[in-house]
Amino acid sequence: MTDQSGPIVGAPRSAAPPTASVRRIRLPQKLRNLELGLLLVACIINAGAIVLVQLGALGRVDTQLVLLGAGLSALVFGLHICMRFVARDADPFLLPIATVLNGLGIAMIYRIDIAFGDTGWESAAVRQIAWSAIAIIAGIATILVIRNHRVLFRYTYLSGLIAIVLLLLPLVPGLGRQVSGARVWIGFGDVATFQPGEIAKIALAVFFAGYLVRNRDSLSMVGTKLLGMRFPRARDLGPLLVVWALSMAVIVFQRDLGTALLYFGLFLVMLYVATSRLSWVVLGLTLFLSGALIASQTLDYVNGRFRNWLDAFNPEVYNADGGSFQLVQGLFGLAHGGLIGSGLGEGRPDITPVPQSDYIIASLGEELGLAGVFAILALYVLFVARGFRIGFAGQDDFGKLLGVGLAFVVALQVFIVVGGVTRVIPLTGLTTPFLAAGGSSLVANWIIVGLLLRLSDTVRNHPRLVIDG
Amino acid sequence: MNRELKRVSILALLMFLTLFVSSTIIQYAQAESLGADPRNSRTLYDSYSVERGPILVGGDPIAFSQPSDDDYKFQRVYANGPLYAPITGFIPVNGEATGLERSLNDFLSGQSSSQFFDSINRLISGQDPMGASVEVTIDPVLQQAAWDALGDYTGAVIVTEPSTGRILAMVTKPSYDPNSLAVHSGDQVEATYEGLLADPGDPLFNRATGGDMNPPGSVFKLVVTAAALESGRYTPDSTFPNPGTLTLPGSDAVVRNSGGGTCGGGAEVTLATALRLSCNIPMAQLGMELGDTAIREQAEKFGFNREFEIPTLTESSVYPRALDDPQTGLSAFGQGEVRATPLQMAMVSGAIANGGIVMNPNLVDAIVAPDFTPLQEFEGSEFGRAISEETANTMVQMMVNGVEDGAASNARIGDVSVAGKTGTAENGESDPYTLWFTGFAPADDPQYAITVLVEDGGGLGQEGYGNLIAAPVAKQVLEAVLNK
Repeated sequence: MTDQSGPIVGAPRSAAPPTASVRRIRLPQKLRNLELGLLLVACIINAGAIVLVQLGALGRVDTQLVLLGAGLSALVFGLHICMRFVARDADPFLLPIATVLNGLGIAMIYRIDIAFGDTGWESAAVRQIAWSAIAIIAGIATILVIRNHRVLFRYTYLSGLIAIVLLLLPLVPGLGRQVSGARVWIGFGDVATFQPGEIAKIALAVFFAGYLVRNRDSLSMVGTKLLGMRFPRARDLGPLLVVWALSMAVIVFQRDLGTALLYFGLFLVMLYVATSRLSWVVLGLTLFLSGALIASQTLDYVNGRFRNWLDAFNPEVYNADGGSFQLVQGLFGLAHGGLIGSGLGEGRPDITPVPQSDYIIASLGEELGLAGVFAILALYVLFVARGFRIGFAGQDDFGKLLGVGLAFVVALQVFIVVGGVTRVIPLTGLTTPFLAAGGSSLVANWIIVGLLLRLSDTVRNHPRLVIDG
Repeated sequence: MNRELKRVSILALLMFLTLFVSSTIIQYAQAESLGADPRNSRTLYDSYSVERGPILVGGDPIAFSQPSDDDYKFQRVYANGPLYAPITGFIPVNGEATGLERSLNDFLSGQSSSQFFDSINRLISGQDPMGASVEVTIDPVLQQAAWDALGDYTGAVIVTEPSTGRILAMVTKPSYDPNSLAVHSGDQVEATYEGLLADPGDPLFNRATGGDMNPPGSVFKLVVTAAALESGRYTPDSTFPNPGTLTLPGSDAVVRNSGGGTCGGGAEVTLATALRLSCNIPMAQLGMELGDTAIREQAEKFGFNREFEIPTLTESSVYPRALDDPQTGLSAFGQGEVRATPLQMAMVSGAIANGGIVMNPNLVDAIVAPDFTPLQEFEGSEFGRAISEETANTMVQMMVNGVEDGAASNARIGDVSVAGKTGTAENGESDPYTLWFTGFAPADDPQYAITVLVEDGGGLGQEGYGNLIAAPVAKQVLEAVLNK
């Protein structure tokens, strides 16, 4: 506030902004240096995990995979360097957390490869590393291309359209592929390669944020009061009903309970944050639960999921086709890990079906124990908390909503998957963010990292400008 | 907006808290019960991934683990499987183990509490975990001799060391090959097991310590004689009326001596003669005079009506409760509801040979850790005194007479004096007899107590009798070690 000490009244206060901008430039990149330190730790953990897997499961160290991992680390550092130029005030924790989760996932997938005897391109770990490279590059592209998140606000309805198209893609004849019951994949030839629904969740978050910011007044102000809650007018129910119908369509046509829950939960939370109306949540939950209830009565696969969940240890359910075998074996694996786990490469996660994708948390829990599960969950908590921070500290409502939406979608996805594995809710097929084998999930989550980094950068540099100015 | 944000972050936190709790429940609170679920193959694989300790006879392994290339890491191998099956038992990939594989599983798999520090040591020093080895009491020469002597009979032979209770030989026939139940295919194990269960010869029975329990017949007269002498009211010279038949009071059951007619002639017969010639009528009279309580007490002092851990659990031999007079009369020559295992009869003979003290039967000499430190060493332990030394000495003489000049004559061995008692037990109106021999040698310095059981009348139906079938088996076994 040096300008105020000047004696000249009425003099233009134009001296301040240059000072502020000079100070901004000169600020030592403390955040980036912290990030660099944490990234080094993350890469050491990842390299250590891969070496331990090799020692445990192979009994020797194979440098090839460590080198591939090192290449991946180089990309992560590339992202870090980009941020030093274009997002210097971004949150320093997001990138190291994503890195360590991604690396642990690769180590565990590699461990399962060893158990299955897969090598080369057969190896899910090699493919995962390739996909990680693509995903990190997508993250870098996100942060380089989107210099200001408010650009996205302009594309609100385009995002909505993209989301719908992505969701419908797997239903296109010839393009869609059905994998273990769920029709959420697209592919070429015999290979199912991509789950467009993973990308769709980002487009949906952008759409919801933009749409809600535009329309929240009409959604929150008017309505009739009932039971102490203000319920919306019938004609404002449109969006809720559309998203509900969309979720139900995913359940019915794509046979994917988890994705439907994810989209709808995301929408409800963003709707609530935007409108402060609990009545929306009540209405929404009622709609979704009744829909799920009807689905569980009428759709065999939903019914089966509920039966597996409630009566998992019944020998009949256990032995049934599509029964609770996987669920119970996952529980056995986790229990086998106990408090400290069998050690990387020393357990038998390969007994459980799909141990490297849907069940990677059970595999990690078996070999790293409850301690490892807690550490991984804590990393997610931290990641999500950084996202919510953007919501609290953000300047514009669109950015706040988008930040919360992206953070919450990660939290909800972790809850649906890990909750399914640990029998809190019925098991549904979703990927564990960053950990599970699968390219589309990795790409989507690294784009989320890019977006959150971008959002956090704007959050951090704006207040200081205001205060300093 | 921030108020809502706060609520949403609390919701997210609650979701994670739920996951923290659910994973704790599974990985900590329920870990043990989930691990015990029979469908949990991880627990099973674990028990195999340790190199299970060997079971040794005279330093040579009769069960050992060798590396295999499958999930189980080790394959259990039983050397001379059928011969040692009643000792080793087997450990299948599905279902429960038997024999020492079961009773000493903690030691063999390295999970016993006394191996805790050893396993931590091995973990730190980077050695693979390994189970302890078990040295059994079996004498391989006697074991083989017993196997050969029993031939194709259905039955069992057990040889013990009277002064210690160590089991020197334990053979049961028909036997099975435990290797066939140790294969790493659950389906195959199940099929083999079902086959063995359905086999009419019941090869899975260990007839030496259980199986389909047999009435001891005349070998039980040793217990009744002991009870009589211990009562102080009888001596070997005590006399009983000597009729050709005896109708048990209050029933129409008629008791006959095995040869028919009276017991060696004369109007009266002594206890010594009755035992030497194995007569039923005087024994029935003696039994009714003693009463079932006295007989039961004596039987229980020898080890009846209880199980023993050798350390494999044995079946309990039975002297029933609350018998009326006719039932007591029948029980006095080992009929009625009386049941005995060869192990139990070996304990009776062993006690008589051991000055009246019953030793706990035992199959294991030592359990040794992989680094050769002994974890447990077994020395003979007393079960208790069954009869006085004086009674024991008297009975030794009576049993020697039975072999030299009585119903057990076919157990005679050249110049070694053998003490013995035969038995021929009825199973039912027209069923084949169960044939017995129990005794010890040398009578003046007992080294071996032996009991032979032959079911199905040794293939002769009701034509077979103890001295014809069982006594020669005992003789052949003892000759392998005594008459060199």
